[in-house]
Amino acid sequence: MIMGPLARALDDRLRLSPITRRALAKIFPDHWSFMLGEIALYSFIALILTGVYLTFFFDASSADRVYQGSYAPLDGATTSAAYASTVRLSWDVRAGLLIRQTHHWAALAFVAAIVLHLSRIYFTGAFRKPRELNWLIGVTMLALALANGFTGYSMPDDLLSGLGLRIITSVVESIPLVGTWLAALALGGEFPSDEMIPRIFITHVLLVPAILVALISLHLGILVRQKHSQFPGPGRTEHNVVGSRFWPGYTLRTLALFAWVLAVLFALGGLVQINPVWLYGPFAPAESSSPAQPDWYVAWGDGALRLFPPWEFRIGGYLVPAPFFPGVVLGGLSFVALYLWPFIERWCTRDRRPHQLLDRPRNHPVRVGIGVGALTFYVVLVVAAGDDILARLLRVPVYDLLALFRVLVLVLPIVTGVLAFLIARALCRGEAASLGELTRADLRRGARPAPRRPTGEDEPEVPVRHRPGERIELWPQGEVWRWRYRNEAGQLTLTNNRAVTSEEEAVETARLAYPGVDRVVVPGPPPPPARALRVALRRWGRATAAGSLLVAALLGRRRERRRRRDGEDEPPPPEQADAISGGGDPT
Amino acid sequence: MSGQTPSKSERAASRRIAVAFLVSAAGAVGFAVTYGLNGGTQWEGVCLAVAFAGLAVGLAVWSRRLVPVGGYVEEHEGFVPPPAEQAMTAAVFRAPESPTRRWGLLAALGFALTALGVAALFPLRSLLPWDRQRPTRSLKDTPWGPGIRLVDDQGRPLRPDDVPADTMVAVFPEGSIDVGDAPAFAVRLNPERFIRQPAGGHLGGLVVWSLLCTHAGCPVRLYLKGAGRVLCPCHQSSFDLLAGARPIAGPAARPLPGLPIEVGPDGFLRATGDFTAPPGAGFWSRP
Repeated sequence: MIMGPLARALDDRLRLSPITRRALAKIFPDHWSFMLGEIALYSFIALILTGVYLTFFFDASSADRVYQGSYAPLDGATTSAAYASTVRLSWDVRAGLLIRQTHHWAALAFVAAIVLHLSRIYFTGAFRKPRELNWLIGVTMLALALANGFTGYSMPDDLLSGLGLRIITSVVESIPLVGTWLAALALGGEFPSDEMIPRIFITHVLLVPAILVALISLHLGILVRQKHSQFPGPGRTEHNVVGSRFWPGYTLRTLALFAWVLAVLFALGGLVQINPVWLYGPFAPAESSSPAQPDWYVAWGDGALRLFPPWEFRIGGYLVPAPFFPGVVLGGLSFVALYLWPFIERWCTRDRRPHQLLDRPRNHPVRVGIGVGALTFYVVLVVAAGDDILARLLRVPVYDLLALFRVLVLVLPIVTGVLAFLIARALCRGEAASLGELTRADLRRGARPAPRRPTGEDEPEVPVRHRPGERIELWPQGEVWRWRYRNEAGQLTLTNNRAVTSEEEAVETARLAYPGVDRVVVPGPPPPPARALRVALRRWGRATAAGSLLVAALLGRRRERRRRRDGEDEPPPPEQADAISGGGDPT
Repeated sequence: MSGQTPSKSERAASRRIAVAFLVSAAGAVGFAVTYGLNGGTQWEGVCLAVAFAGLAVGLAVWSRRLVPVGGYVEEHEGFVPPPAEQAMTAAVFRAPESPTRRWGLLAALGFALTALGVAALFPLRSLLPWDRQRPTRSLKDTPWGPGIRLVDDQGRPLRPDDVPADTMVAVFPEGSIDVGDAPAFAVRLNPERFIRQPAGGHLGGLVVWSLLCTHAGCPVRLYLKGAGRVLCPCHQSSFDLLAGARPIAGPAARPLPGLPIEVGPDGFLRATGDFTAPPGAGFWSRP
C-alpha cells in the first residue's frame, strides 16, 4: 500500500511499512459508545486550534487599559488589559467572537464528552484489568479538564469570573493549616492580585494543555497496546477484537465524527451566545452580579457550596470554615473515589482476571446502582447551583427550594440507585431485551433477594466451548495468507484484519483469536463478490449439479447393489477428499 | 471495488458524497466571503458549520456505503508475558554489575535526590513576594483604620446625610477603592428595631458593615429594604441587619464584621478602627 516516492523514501529510512501495515489494520469495535472518547479528543483539538488564535489577541495583564472600540457602553472606560482585550477581540476583531464562543462551547463539550466516556467505561466495566492504568489517566485528565475550564473562565477578568475566582480562593483558604498559604502563593498575595491573571493565563495555555497532550498520547498509546475491549457477541471472545479496520472504514468514520464535532461547535459558536463578558462588566471587588452561575462542570461544586449547612467548628482555637466540606472534602473524595473504583471493585468481587469482553450494565446491578446513585447526586448538585433562577421561574421562595434540595441531595441518589439496581437485576434475570419490554413479573423477579450462588469468582477461565459448525478457513492470496472465522450456518463471517506472510502464521493468529475452534479448513477461498444474476445462476447451477450428482449417486448405488447381488467384489470408489484437516497442516 | 463497474447503489452513494463535498466547499467559500464582507458572527458560524457538516456527511456516507463496515477480527494476545522473556528481563536487573544490586549506594542516591527535590521546592516560596505581608496577616489587615474617611465608588467622601434611608451605599477606605477586602456598605436603619446592637456601633441608625459574605467572600449586594436584610447572590446567604448582621439563612455561619465610625471634624464620615473581625471567608487562623 506504500504509494509514491515520498512514502518509499520514508520507508527506506525508517522501515515504516511493517508498523504501518499493523496500525492500519487495527480493529475498532463498531458500537457507538466507543466514539465518546473520540468526541472528547476532537473537542480538545478544536480547543487548541481556537485557543491559539485567541492568544494572539488576548492580553493577560491586570494593568489599566482604556477600551476604545465599537462596543459603545464601554468605549473610553478604563478596565484591566485582560478585560479590555477580551471585549476588543469579541467586538472589534473579525471572527474573534466566533472563535471565542466556539472555544467556550468546545470546553463545555470537552468536559461533557469526558464525563459520558467515563460513564460508559464505568457501566460496562471497561476499567477492569488490564485497563486500570488508562482509567487512572482518564480520571486525571478529567481533573485537568475541570481545572483548565475554570482557569479559562477566570481569565477575562469580568465580574462573573472574578466572583468565581473569589469563591475558589475562599475554598482554598478554608483548608486547615496550609489553605491561606496555598491561596497566597497561587495568587502572589491577597485576592485580587496583579499577578493572578498572568499566572492563570500561563497555567491555562501552557501548563495544563501540555500535561493533557502528554496524557492523551499516553492514553491512546496504552489503548493501542492493549487493543480495544468489546461487547460480547457471536464470534467475539476474550482473545480477539471484532469490528472495522482502521483503514479504510474507521478512518473515514472517525474523520466524519471530527467534522461533525467541528460543525456542531462552530454552529453553537456562531449562533448561541455564551459568556457575554461585556454585559457582566469588569471585575470590581465591591460588585456582584445576580444571578451568578458557573459553567456546568463546576456547578456541582457551586451547588454543594449552596446546600451545605452553615456548620463550622474550631480545633484548638483554629477555624475550619463551612466551605471546606463541600468545596475541598467533597471534591477530594469524589476524585479519590474515582481513582480507587477499579481497585475497590476488584477487592469486592475478587476478580483478578484480565477482561477483554465488556459487561452489559445489567449484569452488574450493584455497579449500576452505585453509578446511577452517584450520577444523581451530582445532577442534584448541578441543579441546586441554579436554585435562585429556579426560585424566580417557579415563583417560590429560594429557601424553600434550598431546603428541598438539601433533602433531595441525600434521598434522591438512594432512591434512583436502588431503582436502577432493581431494574438492572430484573433485566438480568428476566427475558426482556430492553427497558420497554420489562414486565411486572420481571420486576417482581428482580426484587426478590438473590439466590445463593456457589461462589464462582476464583474459578479459572472456562475455555470457549466448541460450538458445532464453527470453523476457521485459510486461503492463500497471492504471496500472503488470510483466514476467516465462520459460525454455524455461515451467517457470520469475520475476516482477519491483515494478511500474514505464511500459513503457519495464519494458523497461529487464528488459534489465538479462537482458541476453542478446532476445525480449520484449508484452503477456503472466499467467493468473489457476486452480482444478483450471477448468484442466481450459480445457485441454479449448483442445484443442477447437486441434482445430477444425486441422480448419479442413486444410479451408482443401484448399480452397486446390483453388482453386489451379482456377487462381484469391487473396491469402493476413492472418497472425495474434503481437504479437512485437524491441525491445518498443508495438504 | 476497483476494476469492476460500480453498482447502482455505489453510483448513488458516490453522487451523494460528491454533493456533500460540494456543499462543504460552498460553506468554506461562504465563510471566506462573509469574513471579507464583515458579515457578522452568526453567518461566519453558519458557513463554517455548513462546511464541516458537508464534510461530515460526505465522509460518513463514504464510510457506510463504499467501504466495508465491521466483519473483521483481530487476535488479542492477552497480557501474560512469556515466562522466558520475563525471566531474562529480570536477569538483566539481577546481573552482578547491575546498579540495582548496590543497596548502600542506592540509599545514598535516594538521599541526594530527596534533598534535591526538597531544595527545589524552596523557590516556590517566591510565588508570594518576600516583601509582601504573610497571608494570615494580610487577611486580617484591611486598609481601614482610625481616621480613614469613608468614600463612595467615585472616591468622594461621604457625610452622614449622603446615606439615605432604606438603601445600601457601598463605601470604601479613602485611597483604597480597589483593595479586595476593604469594601463595606452603609445603611440607615431605625435603631429602635435593633434586636441586637451592631458590632461596630452606629451613629443614630447609620451602620457600616463589611460587604463581603462570610461564607465565600462574594459581595452581599442584594438589599431587602423593609426586612433590613442583605442577601449574597452567589450562594444565597442572608444576613439580618437588625440582629447585628447575623446569618439567618443559607450557608454562611458568621455575622458580617462591623466597622466603627464617627463623624470627623470636617463633617465627613470616618472609621475609628478596622473591622470588628477579618472580613470575608473564614480561614484556619481567623480569630
